[in-house]
Amino acid sequence: MSDEGEIVIEVHGLSNSFGEAVIHDGLDLEVKRGEIIGVVGGSGTGKSVMMRSIIGLQRPDSGEVRVFGEPMLDRDDAALQPIRKRWGILFQGAALFSTLTVAENVQVPLREFYPRLSEKLLDEIAAYKIVMVGLSPDAGPKYPAELSGGMRKRAGIARALALDPELLFLDEPTAGLDPIGAAAFDQLIVELRERLGLTVFLITHDLDTLYTICDRVAVLADRKVIAVGTIPELLALDHEWIQEYFRGPRGRAAEEAMEAEEARTGETNGGTER
Amino acid sequence: MNAPMSTVARFTDSVEEGRRVLRFQGDLTLPRLGVLPNRLDRLKGRDFTIDLSGVGRMDTIGAWLVHRTARERGGKIVGADPALTTLLQQVERADQPVKVRPDPPAPFQRVLDQLGSATVEAGRTFVGLLGFFGGMLISIGAIIRQPRRFRLNAVVQRFEVVGVHAFGIIGLMSFLVGIVIAQQGAVQLRQFGAEVFTVNLIGRSSIKELGVLMTAIMVAGRSGSSFAAQLGSMKLAEEVDAMRTIGVSPMEALVLPRVFATVLMMPLLSFYAAIVAIVGGGIFCWISLDIPPVTFVQRIREVVPRTDLWQLLVKAPVFGLIISLAGCFQGMQVKSDAEEVGLRTTTAVVQAIFLVIVLDAFFAVFFTEIGWL
Repeated sequence: MSDEGEIVIEVHGLSNSFGEAVIHDGLDLEVKRGEIIGVVGGSGTGKSVMMRSIIGLQRPDSGEVRVFGEPMLDRDDAALQPIRKRWGILFQGAALFSTLTVAENVQVPLREFYPRLSEKLLDEIAAYKIVMVGLSPDAGPKYPAELSGGMRKRAGIARALALDPELLFLDEPTAGLDPIGAAAFDQLIVELRERLGLTVFLITHDLDTLYTICDRVAVLADRKVIAVGTIPELLALDHEWIQEYFRGPRGRAAEEAMEAEEARTGETNGGTER
Repeated sequence: MNAPMSTVARFTDSVEEGRRVLRFQGDLTLPRLGVLPNRLDRLKGRDFTIDLSGVGRMDTIGAWLVHRTARERGGKIVGADPALTTLLQQVERADQPVKVRPDPPAPFQRVLDQLGSATVEAGRTFVGLLGFFGGMLISIGAIIRQPRRFRLNAVVQRFEVVGVHAFGIIGLMSFLVGIVIAQQGAVQLRQFGAEVFTVNLIGRSSIKELGVLMTAIMVAGRSGSSFAAQLGSMKLAEEVDAMRTIGVSPMEALVLPRVFATVLMMPLLSFYAAIVAIVGGGIFCWISLDIPPVTFVQRIREVVPRTDLWQLLVKAPVFGLIISLAGCFQGMQVKSDAEEVGLRTTTAVVQAIFLVIVLDAFFAVFFTEIGWL
């Protein structure tokens, strides 16, 4: 891509509070085109709130948010529509439309933004997206209530990917997936990134996902992004929470698995330098 | 991928060396597709050579179109660079027979199907409601044996929501209904020179029927619906299941407080509604018919027998029981999704109001039979 290094998401001085509780205070974050950035932080540090602020669902108290270089705050709906065309979002609980089937859910963004597509093509697109995210081929006509939690998540991913977006927001995509499904999902994201130049904003607690697919990791703590970098860079920092997070038993297991994998394939998964 | 950016996807159709060649150009991405899918659909013939060497960017939808054309028309893909090839392979892997729409049943069969399921559903509801009532009686029995398990706090909280918060709207409604009855009654009775009997009309209809019936309808709309929606959402969020596993009976913790509160609040609200309706009618009589308040009250005391009040006090708790039972029962039936919560809430209100009116008719006959005219 010619526009490598372009900043896709730019958050500057973001502050959010709910009543007395201050969630963010002067938070900064930049996400470059084509990178997969993982966002980690303890429960209640405002990871989801940050995502909601970026995509315009939560009005921050102050600060500046730009997506694709366009300011997101205080814009009218019509001005945001072209931006919404270029991103896909997976919510924590998948947020499928319960009155529509899985296939119809996938078709919603396509119908909304590209009303001229034929029914036949819409059905075909829904069909291959459903297979692509690893749902069984008979899942198309099912309603969200008939699906298990993991299947719902996959259906949500299929809907987020419906428009082949440039930017993907994923809120805990692998939570509730079995390890095989989670690994397949990691693989899918990496493949899509390679083919489509996808930028991924990923909130996750899955250390395997962090190690295998994230180029950089942003750590949320003390109402700010306290550090952004590759995992080795973060490990070099002397911060209690970061050390505990990555050096804990689970963190070490994921790191070892990663090293073993690297030794086997003989290639390193070096992230982009900050 | 050095093609100029922002180029609309297009293709040319030509014959080269005896083979049809489709030469794609531009960005095969969703925003740039335009009418290309329709043009591809209209294309006739088979065995194309599909040349992708002029393609800039491609996304999975573009790849799908190319893949589909190649598959359906027996085409051969040439000129794809490695990135496009892998994308095509990825789409190809995802090309499996997938059911997108549910099978449509035959029309006649569908009518039979709907009729059958409606019948079964009606039967189930009736049996379920009876079972629910029985379950509630068992819980009451358990509470009588162990009074400590009675959740006073929850009941008092429901008193507030069902009763106190309804005061404003029920008062306003009853006041207006009282005025309307007085006004309409006065117009009709004036024709016989019997305007003074407007007082009888207001007093007896308010106490005997309107107070309790209007209150029942309002409580069904306010509280019956909210019971169904609350319990329904709790079922969806697995709160009710969580409660059961902790050993808390949902019947005792959720249903009984609501039923108790509604049963106790209905007579109070109904009496209040009846009094406010009489006040409204009285004000109309004072202003419009020149019947002073003192005379009005005296007349009311003369014409309204005490049995009218007994009727109100007998009917109101029964209606309250029906409204709260229907609301809680429908709420607890929710299984699948948010849409069902809405449907169940509607059903709860419709069922409650319907049953209240049917029972009111029975009560009217019954009270006449026992001489409470």
